[in-house]
Amino acid sequence: MSLTKDQVRRIALLARLKLEESEFDDVVDKLSRIVDFVDQLQAAPTDGVAPMAHPLDQPQRLRPDTVTERIDRDAIQANAPAVKDGFYLVPKVLG
Amino acid sequence: MSEDAGALHVRTVTELARGIREGEFSATELTEALLERIRRFNENLNAFITVTGEQALAAAAAADKARKSGSAPPLNGVPIVHKDLFCTSGVLTTCGSRMLANFVSPYDATVVERLKNAGAVTLGKTNMDEFAMGSSNETSWFGPVTNPWDRSRSPGGSSGGSAAAVAGRLVPAATGTDTGGSIRQPASLTGTVGLKPTYGRVSRHGMVAFASSLDQAGVITRSAEDAATLLRIIAGFDERDSTCLDHPVPDYVAGLGRPLRDLQIGIVRQHFDEGLDPECAARIRESLDVLRDQGASLREVDLPNLALSVPTYYVVAPAECSSNMSRFDGVRFGYRADSPEDLLDLYCRSRGEGFGAEVRRRILTGTYVLSAGYYDAYYLKAQKVRQLINQDFRNAFRDVDVIAGPTAPTPAFALGEKTDDPITMYLNDIYTIGANLAGLPAISLPCGFAGKLPVGLHLVGPHFAEQRILNVAHQYQLLTDWHRACPEGFA
Repeated sequence: MSLTKDQVRRIALLARLKLEESEFDDVVDKLSRIVDFVDQLQAAPTDGVAPMAHPLDQPQRLRPDTVTERIDRDAIQANAPAVKDGFYLVPKVLG
Repeated sequence: MSEDAGALHVRTVTELARGIREGEFSATELTEALLERIRRFNENLNAFITVTGEQALAAAAAADKARKSGSAPPLNGVPIVHKDLFCTSGVLTTCGSRMLANFVSPYDATVVERLKNAGAVTLGKTNMDEFAMGSSNETSWFGPVTNPWDRSRSPGGSSGGSAAAVAGRLVPAATGTDTGGSIRQPASLTGTVGLKPTYGRVSRHGMVAFASSLDQAGVITRSAEDAATLLRIIAGFDERDSTCLDHPVPDYVAGLGRPLRDLQIGIVRQHFDEGLDPECAARIRESLDVLRDQGASLREVDLPNLALSVPTYYVVAPAECSSNMSRFDGVRFGYRADSPEDLLDLYCRSRGEGFGAEVRRRILTGTYVLSAGYYDAYYLKAQKVRQLINQDFRNAFRDVDVIAGPTAPTPAFALGEKTDDPITMYLNDIYTIGANLAGLPAISLPCGFAGKLPVGLHLVGPHFAEQRILNVAHQYQLLTDWHRACPEGFA
């Protein structure tokens, strides 16, 4: 097993994903298999190779920083689980 | 079983557009006929997440009116369906996930908008692997799609609903997306045509992102000619997608008449190794003979780093996935867990409950390979190997015009067969992933059967050579009728 339960617990917290205790062993097993599988990359000789940034070597296009469209807040917030007066509601953060 | 050529549901986009234009039938009649087929067959196929019957009939009525007023656009009244990760204004866009089970986009994706403006009538949204992460359609929150050729088998994925709907003659064409083979592999497994254009050829505005350096929109159809017709409409610059390239869009249909004389076809020896089902291998060789008989010549090309394409992909794609999926926080849209204790609990449980097992696995893999201390060893290393794979293709395309081979290692596999081992599932995309890593256009087209199951021929071209691979596919379809074969019970 290339990954430990503690490592997976830490990754899950970084990813903000709650895993059930009952599924932990299976997740550790499958993630380990994936990591072992991708580890075959380590043997590839890549000295002096530039990492690929874009398949067609294109730079990221920029545009002028100006307002191009106005978005209807109510229409956007219709998809939110909880809103009030245009604000998104979350559990109390400050005591 | 061959088709009843007079029936509306077996006709292609090209034939249907002509029929409406010439007044042989109305858009309303056509829409009603296909909605009836969806009602009849979808319960078994589970190809649709949403059927938009009312909106479709309204759009068909508008198309009939446009024809009478003489202002009909090119696809006036032609039915189409969209993979459920293209945003559709006012209609659910679920991405096959519990996370977005109630999500209604306030706007249309560019692909949806362009097809709508061309007169196409949307019949609904198709089922898919959750957030396009899967190769069997079994990771969908809405249940697996079944393959019209054999209901106990997978149609492939992730665009499995689109492929099954086109194969089952519920609709002549569907949109799909392809990150590692998600258009081409289901096309291969269902006997349809699946086109993945060059990275940046088609706008991704309004497509829910999975792996942003790989994702590309395309189409699933029953003929190469239809794929050319639809690509002409959806391709082209869009300022709303910063990765969309400003490159002229040729008339792909007008370019379909070129003879295959002088065409150099590259064959990759490793593609025919033991991993390939022998019957599939035989069909691919026969299809290459058909092309050779037309004057094309075959030669071997070497892609020395190709064997590393799947492990490279399973670093790059999960890394980008983990970053893209961070937008799902249970706050602004999507699923939220009940009675969270605090903000951290809200994030962790909303995401833990809202995402299925495969999506969670990819987020975790991605988080791991990007985490402190591992970035260089995994993500950076994978991007270097990706450069080598890209270079292999560049070198190969100095000698040949297209590269041909199998799309998938086997015909359609049984539902449940590969769900226990993620690696077995990942290896299904072994022949398709290279085109995504290098951003190349590629197409899968039906080239015969292994037993009673369809086999797909895969053609890959250099950047922006959609015209060339579409022409080769079309020339093949002029000489064969595999693309006209219809699954039993669906004729």
